[in-house]
Amino acid sequence: MTDTATRNPLGSHAASDAVRPAARATFDWLFVVAVLAVIATFIRAIYFTPIEALQGPAQKIYYVHPPSAWVAFLAFGIVAIASLGYLWMKDMRLDRLAESSAEVGVVFTTITLMTGSLWGKPIWGTWWTWDARLTSTLFLWFIYVGYLILRGAIEDHGMRARYSAVLGILGSLLIPFIHLSVYLFRTLHPMPIIGKPSKPSLPNDMLETFLLAFCSFTLLYVALLRARYRLATDRAALEAEEGR
Amino acid sequence: MPDTLGAALLIARKDLAIEFRTRTAFFSAVVFALLAIVIFFFAWDPTAVAASDLAPGVLWVIFTFSGLLGLHRSFGVEMADRALDGLLGAPVPRHAIYLGKAMANLVFVLAIEVIAVPAVALFYDMPLGGAKSVAALAALMILAAIGLVAVGTLFAAMSVNTRLGELMLPMLSLPFFVPIVIPAAQTTARLLAGRPVSESIGWLKILVAFDLVFVAACTMAFPHTIED
Amino acid sequence: MEADALVRAFGHRRAVNGLSFALDAGECLAVFGPNGAGKTTLLRVLAGLLRPTQGRAIVSGVPLPGGPEARRRIGFISHASMLYAALTARENVELAARLFGVPDPRAATARVLDAMRMTPRADTPVRALSRGMQQRVSIARAMVHDPHVVLLDEPFTGLDASGAAALSNALGVLRGSGAALVLVTHNLDEGLALATHAAIMTGGAFVRYEPRAAIDPRAYAESYRNLVALDA
Repeated sequence: MTDTATRNPLGSHAASDAVRPAARATFDWLFVVAVLAVIATFIRAIYFTPIEALQGPAQKIYYVHPPSAWVAFLAFGIVAIASLGYLWMKDMRLDRLAESSAEVGVVFTTITLMTGSLWGKPIWGTWWTWDARLTSTLFLWFIYVGYLILRGAIEDHGMRARYSAVLGILGSLLIPFIHLSVYLFRTLHPMPIIGKPSKPSLPNDMLETFLLAFCSFTLLYVALLRARYRLATDRAALEAEEGR
Repeated sequence: MPDTLGAALLIARKDLAIEFRTRTAFFSAVVFALLAIVIFFFAWDPTAVAASDLAPGVLWVIFTFSGLLGLHRSFGVEMADRALDGLLGAPVPRHAIYLGKAMANLVFVLAIEVIAVPAVALFYDMPLGGAKSVAALAALMILAAIGLVAVGTLFAAMSVNTRLGELMLPMLSLPFFVPIVIPAAQTTARLLAGRPVSESIGWLKILVAFDLVFVAACTMAFPHTIED
Repeated sequence: MEADALVRAFGHRRAVNGLSFALDAGECLAVFGPNGAGKTTLLRVLAGLLRPTQGRAIVSGVPLPGGPEARRRIGFISHASMLYAALTARENVELAARLFGVPDPRAATARVLDAMRMTPRADTPVRALSRGMQQRVSIARAMVHDPHVVLLDEPFTGLDASGAAALSNALGVLRGSGAALVLVTHNLDEGLALATHAAIMTGGAFVRYEPRAAIDPRAYAESYRNLVALDA
């Protein structure tokens, strides 16, 4: 890496890529803490939180579904903001951040959709329902997947960063429209009343577990994001050395 | 030096001139639309649902798919012989290129619809109502087409530069077409059932908002897709 | 035209690496070099098609990237014709004339098509023209707006004797009216015939740059072969 010191003043692309890899410990303590937090939440949810009267044990998915939905949308918010930042400043680090958040986010979105489905079956009797929130999550999933496939289809780093940034920003504009359209659709077309359990007023025990779930999932997101971002940084450094 | 609108019109005219000379894309899209209209008819059980009830849905599904055909050719013509470089080297603002191409695509899509709508009316026994409802339908068609073309032109510009461009365009665009199709189909169903336009105001508001937001956003995003 | 420490990088690869030169009106810079030296990238940056990563270029006092105004003074000819195959020669050139804001597009189009001896075939669709004729239309297109600077990327490729003569003629006229030319070519003879300055480019930079008057063609050719061999 000594070459970088003797070169001419580097342009914006090059400067952010003159990275300093692996000056860090190999033990990712944040990740371990996050995983432990999530496990602790699950244990508490299963064993130490009372079973809800109306819905039975299936209600426990409640401790997974909304928190992962929160993370799914949070991750996309990061993608959108990083995308905007990239187009403005052309700093490759923001592109790597967006890419990392997208990969983590798509996983949480998939979990949200699957838990939503699993929850729905015993409670509503159907595997899928076209309500506004679930549909928005589905479209979020489509955007994520489109984002990742688009990235995979472009070789040139600069073009890849620009194009995925555009998609990231447009995708964030799309989701509110989807939500609104489906919401209006449902209001005007009375569909079989599913009786979606809206946020019930929770007794303290459940509320605590619920909040714990939100916190531990967010922590997990941050840990995964950081790990993935580091991977992206290392990969960029490797490519720089190979002269690509 | 032409201003943005002047340049856009020049580019739009150029695109339409090229399309008019070759005509293959247009005819292919029209034939596709007609075939799809027929296939959809046979895919449903006519005793379960009346054809005229299906018609609005079919109309708007055809709209999106034949729209995609039109969008794809929009940048294909620029890639041959690197004609796009000719436009980029000219003293026209980048978003003029986008607006010009979008306008040409708009004409293309509406031209397909001029044939598809009567075809659906014919095959699906769809009552078009009086002149007023036809006019309302036409206005709706234009609004929807603007949204489709705004997003589609941008993604067409991107897809033509990626691997699997032909698959990339639908994959990127279709999620964005949904907030166009839902309001459009709902409004069409109501109009054809003789309901007054005022009942569909909510849908129309969404459509107009979509158009405004995405025309603005895509115009601003376009320069990032063709220039580094 | 002036270039000042121009850099164009693609990721980590610097296709143009700290390049500077200055050209006055009527001068012609011939740039020789092997494939991959960055010559085409250099022209694309000078044409306003790519932004420089660092440094800048100035055309008749207007800096690049300067948006539309700077591009108006530049004509660009590459080995891709940049023409629309379905339109006629006349339509292609007239479109360019209008986009560049030329006052009387029809007349200007007729004029340049005539200069390139394309008038008889002016109304045939480009796809029906031979490669050499397409190249001539391409050249006409680049000249219709009286550019101050003309950038040429291997323009003689594919031209027959008549076309090459028409091109040399046209370039001579342009230089006479004060345009500066930057000509990228593999062909030392053709390049040196037109040049007032010559440069050899490898690895993104000029390794040789001197006025034509100071060049002995044979020694130059020898040195060029050596430099190219080194780089290969």
